[in-house]
Amino acid sequence: MLVTTIHGEMDDSLLVKKEGSLDNDIEFTTWTEYWLDDELVHRSVHVTLKTSPALFAEAAEIA
Amino acid sequence: MTATHNFGVSPTRGASTADTFKAALYLASATINASTTAYSATGEVTGTNYSAGGVTVTNATAPASTNSSATAGVGYWTPSASITYTNVTLSTAFDTVLIYNSTQSNKAVSVHTFGSQTVTAGTFTLTMPSNTTTTALLRLATT
Repeated sequence: MLVTTIHGEMDDSLLVKKEGSLDNDIEFTTWTEYWLDDELVHRSVHVTLKTSPALFAEAAEIA
Repeated sequence: MTATHNFGVSPTRGASTADTFKAALYLASATINASTTAYSATGEVTGTNYSAGGVTVTNATAPASTNSSATAGVGYWTPSASITYTNVTLSTAFDTVLIYNSTQSNKAVSVHTFGSQTVTAGTFTLTMPSNTTTTALLRLATT
């Protein structure tokens, strides 16, 4: 599989894949990294908001 | 939810179509909070394939409300699709997205924070919560 990297598209067989996640009350987040030796060449992140501890800038005005 | 910001198509403001909303990302070091009243490039992320001002929010679902003439309720709205920044490199940590109304002088709608991230030649996707009275991205008590 080809992976978009800072060096262009590279075959993933040349790279080391690392994945991680974060799960709390606000979000469920996953990320995927590809490394070429000691260099990070790709990192994608997917944040899923569970609910919104939002800071409403105009809530008072709307209400 | 159709006063300053018109999320739907039957506004009280006199327009006939919904406004355009955008989503901009901000550095973890930026000061974006409840006092933010409008989009600003100050503290916004910069990087490959990221355009200042961010991306347009998909708004295919009009806001809903549970209130009636007799009881108060909740007005709520959520973007109808994930917010995606494709093939970007954002090397400085960011942790905030500002949703703002580009039709109405870039006035701020809401600020949302998440764990600090960077992106390298990749995609940053922000998936919305379920559009319900308790989890929607925007929830306003109505009377």
